[in-house]
Amino acid sequence: MQGIKRFINQLRAKSPWLLHFDCGSCNGCDIEILACLTPVYDVERFGIIHVGNPFHADLLLTSGTVNHRNKKVLANLYSQMPSPKIVVAIGACGLSGGIFREAYNVVGGIDKVIPVDVYVPGCPPKPEAIIDGVVLGLGKLQAPQERNGERKEA
Amino acid sequence: MRKTVIPFGPQHPVLPEPIHLKLTVEDERIIEAIPNLGYVHRGLERLADIRDFHQMIQVVERVCGICSVIHALCYCQGIEEIMGVEVPPRARYLRVMWSELHRIQSHLLWLGLFADSFGFESLFMQFWRVREKIMDISEATTGNRVIVSVNVIGGVRRNPDPEQIRWVLAQIDWVEAELQRLEDTMLEDYTVKKRTVGKGVLTRQQAYELGAVGPVLRGSGVAQDARQTGYAAYGELHFEPVVETDGDCYARNKVRFRETLASIDLIRRAIHRLPDGEVRTKIKGIKPPQGETVNRVEQPRGELLYYLKGSGQKTLDRVRIRTPTFANIPPLLVMLPGHFLSDVPVVTLSIDPCISCTER
Repeated sequence: MQGIKRFINQLRAKSPWLLHFDCGSCNGCDIEILACLTPVYDVERFGIIHVGNPFHADLLLTSGTVNHRNKKVLANLYSQMPSPKIVVAIGACGLSGGIFREAYNVVGGIDKVIPVDVYVPGCPPKPEAIIDGVVLGLGKLQAPQERNGERKEA
Repeated sequence: MRKTVIPFGPQHPVLPEPIHLKLTVEDERIIEAIPNLGYVHRGLERLADIRDFHQMIQVVERVCGICSVIHALCYCQGIEEIMGVEVPPRARYLRVMWSELHRIQSHLLWLGLFADSFGFESLFMQFWRVREKIMDISEATTGNRVIVSVNVIGGVRRNPDPEQIRWVLAQIDWVEAELQRLEDTMLEDYTVKKRTVGKGVLTRQQAYELGAVGPVLRGSGVAQDARQTGYAAYGELHFEPVVETDGDCYARNKVRFRETLASIDLIRRAIHRLPDGEVRTKIKGIKPPQGETVNRVEQPRGELLYYLKGSGQKTLDRVRIRTPTFANIPPLLVMLPGHFLSDVPVVTLSIDPCISCTER
């Protein structure tokens, strides 16, 4: 059983499927996320596939500030994803609210609603930075497995 | 037949942004579409209460990341008009250059997403490959890829040297050659025509009555473009709007494709006539804006309108932004009924929705 779990986790990190949700960003980060999928950066060569269904996703890429209307949508998407799941917050707004932090309809960063694993700063971050953030997230996806392994040996 | 209500969005694979349409369908045909907005509303206009009029440039740039230069241009032109600041000629031409670069990148982005909406993924990849060259030009001339922050009150922040300008011209030539290579596929391909010709028809009369703007209006045969008013340096560049008469998705696609080529031409003309001199007027010592103004510019999606009011304070009294997608949603609701559910992404994308603009 352990062997199968390790095998599945390995595969998960080799070909993670990601879901993108824009919760109130200015589009700057969204188009940079899309640019990651296109020929110049081409994350699909690493097996990263952009899916539209939260039930299929391992990674949630979120951009923009959370507002009072879409925080429910964000929480729903997060709860629909199967564990283990990684959340990557992209852009200054996703981190803290950024330039919009004082606006009346803004709740704040993504971490006010769902737990965030990786923060990618920038306004907007370059595609290289987004890819770096996703790779860091993948490290976290593998990490519990490795920790279990160590405990077993000790 | 029983009616069913199907939600389209807010999280949808075709659109990167949360638009929500409630579609009433009978069998597979749509009989009514009701938009449901508010997922991206932040309340940017009220930020004018706490940020001063210089800081507001950074805020209005983030109304929409795709056309940030043009938002900032419209805002700066309004403030300059109130304060009576004269912009140096070189800055006006550079503003045209950056606006048109942004128009090209926005149209290429749209052409790619549009191809993706009917499942032509390799065309999507091709357009985005060409678009990266424009992003490189943006990065080299302004320092950032998407939100470039070059416009300031009284001019522009950067002054490209002649060598950089020559490099820009060479890159633009490459982009044009690549686009001509893709033209045949985007405009003549059997698959593309099958999915777009006769879909989402908006007649000239409807477009005029519903107040459509931008490529939606020009795709229906009305030659109206805010660039005709001759703001920045457009008045000296002999600009002609691109018009198609069919009013369907294919016509709007064609308008945007031809506008991309026209923008390349405009950049070339602007660069050839680029005057020497300063790029920024010093505004130190001039009183903060007192008075009100309405300013119109042409965004990639259509006409953008800013109303600005100041009373001599550091902060403005009111900033009102009317964005093109807001004007294009009523025509969309007329286009959708009668189509199959599978055509909804194509028709919705054909107005180039920018929800972050609409809801601010």
